[in-house]
Amino acid sequence: MSGLVKETSVPRTADSRAPEGGGFDAPAPMRRVPAKEVRQRRGDRITYAVLCVLVVLLMVPFIWMVSSSLKHDNQVFTVPIQWIPEEFVWSNYADIWERIPMLGYVQNSLYLAVIITCLQVLTGSLAAYGFAKVRFPGRDWLFLGYIATIAVPWQAYMVPQYIMMQRMELTNTFWSLILLQAFGAFGVFLMRQYYMTIPDELCEAARIDGLSEYGIWARVILPLSKPALATLALLTFVNTWNDYMGPFIYLTSNRLWTVQLGLRSFVGQFDAEFAMIMTGSVISVVPILIIFLIGQKHFIEGIATSGMKG
Amino acid sequence: MNTSSIEAGPLAAAAAEPAARPAAGGGRPAGNRRQARRNTLIGWSFILPNFLGFLAFTLIPVIAAFGLAFMHWNSFSTPRWVGLENFRTMFASETFWIALRNTVVYTIGHVPLTLALALGLALLVNRKLKGIGLFRVAIFFPYITSLVAVAVVWNMLFNPESGPINQFLMWIGISDPPGWTSSTTWAMPAVIITSVWRDMGYYMVLYLAGLQAIPRELYEAAEVDGASAWQRFWNVTLPGLRPTTFFVVVMLTVASFKVFDLIVVMTEGGPGRSTTVLSQLIYREGILQGEFGYSSAISLVLFLLVLGVTVVQFRIQQRRER
Repeated sequence: MSGLVKETSVPRTADSRAPEGGGFDAPAPMRRVPAKEVRQRRGDRITYAVLCVLVVLLMVPFIWMVSSSLKHDNQVFTVPIQWIPEEFVWSNYADIWERIPMLGYVQNSLYLAVIITCLQVLTGSLAAYGFAKVRFPGRDWLFLGYIATIAVPWQAYMVPQYIMMQRMELTNTFWSLILLQAFGAFGVFLMRQYYMTIPDELCEAARIDGLSEYGIWARVILPLSKPALATLALLTFVNTWNDYMGPFIYLTSNRLWTVQLGLRSFVGQFDAEFAMIMTGSVISVVPILIIFLIGQKHFIEGIATSGMKG
Repeated sequence: MNTSSIEAGPLAAAAAEPAARPAAGGGRPAGNRRQARRNTLIGWSFILPNFLGFLAFTLIPVIAAFGLAFMHWNSFSTPRWVGLENFRTMFASETFWIALRNTVVYTIGHVPLTLALALGLALLVNRKLKGIGLFRVAIFFPYITSLVAVAVVWNMLFNPESGPINQFLMWIGISDPPGWTSSTTWAMPAVIITSVWRDMGYYMVLYLAGLQAIPRELYEAAEVDGASAWQRFWNVTLPGLRPTTFFVVVMLTVASFKVFDLIVVMTEGGPGRSTTVLSQLIYREGILQGEFGYSSAISLVLFLLVLGVTVVQFRIQQRRER
């Protein structure tokens, strides 16, 4: 298991060692070798063509989703497929808020995602500082315990967790999800990986200047680890927003449902309302799309750094 | 505890030295000890907020899961130690074997396909072209979209009568396209296709990082030696990617063994039991039926599977390195 963790450092160092290629917006190199350039340009054009075809193919489900969400139900499954609706039914996007308590679902999802993300980032970065920059006996064993549980599949301890929550009478409350997801070992692991790359000398210097350990964490390490904090925050937010099983197991009353649960039950109840179901799907994806576009660099770095999800 | 304190000893002293300086002079060892105690307190104070939650809601349940597997306990009874009885029940249950087989089938379908596509895509987008970032982002995006939306959309794409996939298949001349999620034979392939589509962007990113770790000089040297593009791929790229591949295979296999929500949302394990997997069985027995002991026994099997695969792959990797 420790081998599994060691391997994660491979992509990480790779990423930091080769920033020229690693950046997503690396500019094309300028060359003035005519013959080679001609060949290169042709190669580039072929690559572009292949990539365009591929990406369109991969995007078909999304294109279909958006297109269907703007149709009438009976137009979704026409033969042959209409990719562009004859008539754009924008009213689907107005109606869905009345058909199901979508606003409530969105609020619940947001509430959970924000609270869990804040707690995860706060406690994760604190603990990571303890593990990366403070030396005390037993520290490494403790960290090993954290790592070992990352490797245990969640399904393996989902039942004891459930029994516990039941006994504490926290099932069917937001508390259950917050408590289960806010203290993940993953956040600690990700932040620690990053803190290890910050030179100890910086902390030393701050110590000599009389800063307490908490001061060092708040005023030296936190500002330096903005990219890692952003990565963890984005990953946690998206994971919480998209989480289906957690809410599925713990939240039984409709009032507490998240977007994912609401959407799923809508599908079950109104089987034939294809257009409306697609509208709901689009609405469930839009927040993620926005967050992803804002933070895509951090996402990809985070994946390359840790190679794991929460 | 002891070994690690010996390990950390000199380092801790080094770290503590500047702060301990005012107390330096005669009382050095005592100061160090005080410093070490202070460090322990400080260290724990940083870790504690997270650790308390982690201990209560992860560590203890993990440990409990192992014990529960050997107990008879359901929502109506008190826990009672029964040894291997749960395992005997499990091995006699047909549903367990079907779920185990389905889990393995899913893994065998999911891992190589995702691996090959992720590597292919990574090679394709590992170039410095204008706007290449856009392509990478587009390929990665399915991975973070909501699973329910993904499942819902794919279920409709797979619609047997007039879904786009079967329309396409008929258009290319297949007169009797599969029933996908409504057919016991094709439901699993449908799930696998969806999950490959969803996951490959994620593993592509891992491969991209791996590709960028391969020193450029190796390619230049190979080019000087007159190696063809294929030879460069075979002799430089693939060996250079070995650590990444190892990591990707482990992650993929582990993730495949744990597959749960995609199947629950897409097929609910059906039709029949054709897509029922182990983790679904754990959920059904443990949380729906309240058979805590029995479901923990299934959990233990799942855990051992995951562990076994990781250990075997780790061994293979070590042997290769030698």
